[in-house]
Amino acid sequence: MTFINYASREINCKIVYYGPGLCGKTTNLQYIYDSTAAQAKGKLISLATETDRTLFFDFMPLELGTVRGFKTRFHLYTVPGQVFYEASRKLILKGVDGVVFVADSQEERMDANIESLYNLEENLQAYGYELMKLPYVLQLNKRDLPNVIPSSDLTSELQRKGEPVIEAVASTGAGVFDTLKAVAKQVLTELRKS
Amino acid sequence: MSNSPIVMRETRYHQIKAVLARLRLDSSARLVVLVDKDGQQIAVHGELGDLDTTSLASLVAGNVAATGGMAKLIGEDEFPTLSHEGAKESIHISVIGRILLVVVFDDRSSLGLVKLRSKQISHELASAFAEIEKESESAGTKSSLPFSEITDEEIDSLFSHA
Repeated sequence: MTFINYASREINCKIVYYGPGLCGKTTNLQYIYDSTAAQAKGKLISLATETDRTLFFDFMPLELGTVRGFKTRFHLYTVPGQVFYEASRKLILKGVDGVVFVADSQEERMDANIESLYNLEENLQAYGYELMKLPYVLQLNKRDLPNVIPSSDLTSELQRKGEPVIEAVASTGAGVFDTLKAVAKQVLTELRKS
Repeated sequence: MSNSPIVMRETRYHQIKAVLARLRLDSSARLVVLVDKDGQQIAVHGELGDLDTTSLASLVAGNVAATGGMAKLIGEDEFPTLSHEGAKESIHISVIGRILLVVVFDDRSSLGLVKLRSKQISHELASAFAEIEKESESAGTKSSLPFSEITDEEIDSLFSHA
């Protein structure tokens, strides 16, 4: 839920990166963190297992700049992708303003994408949100790998409502900022409507 | 759940800051932070030092969400207070509706005192926040927010250096 503070003249919004295990959610955040100037970001918090699987969430605050005299700050979160972290995954969606679904383009991960997308809709509903009404972006990640499904096939299978679809290679940064921009724009446009 | 923005006006902010300042003094705490359940920091008062309060806010909300999940598993709605005691520094968290009151204290204070003082001001914070929620709803319907006329160019300009 967007938080507007007139005293400190700040707008705070929450964006969640969602997707199946090992699809590259943390890699997206890590790239944004590594390529952002120190004054625009806070710490990157990663609550991960010893094997680098996200256990609870990754979190980083990002300051984009000023609109109408208000600093815009985005709080970026990832959820744990592994199926057995369902409880903690659901908790992170509370108060979300925008969602990025990171799909793994590899053929063998198609079922995992579908399951995770279904799980996202279900978890949003538990908080009374509808994916159809939320700022939302679909990222097709890992486009550099040899065994990927064509983008058009992935899009027709995973696109839910005409949301922006962005091809990415999060490990090199390709498409990462385009994705963030696409979702942040929608979140700010929502503010205009409210 | 409504997803309309929470809007905090300056007068409310100063009112809340005054309550936090009083709590800090009465409980001999190092720092008092108010956080919402989504992980956003609302206000802070005390010895900040180099403490990263943005990260603290996010982790406190995650902590409360996780223990709330545990509470539900054993048939409780939620745990209204949480305490973490360290060798030197400790944290006490009170859940007051949708806000979390976080008190960071050291051996100048005690858990008992912090609990007592937090409880004593929780009603005051709850009613101040109820007012904020009311004001936020009317702000949303009046289109009086500064962003109702925001242009696409202004939004784009935020990303010009991203």
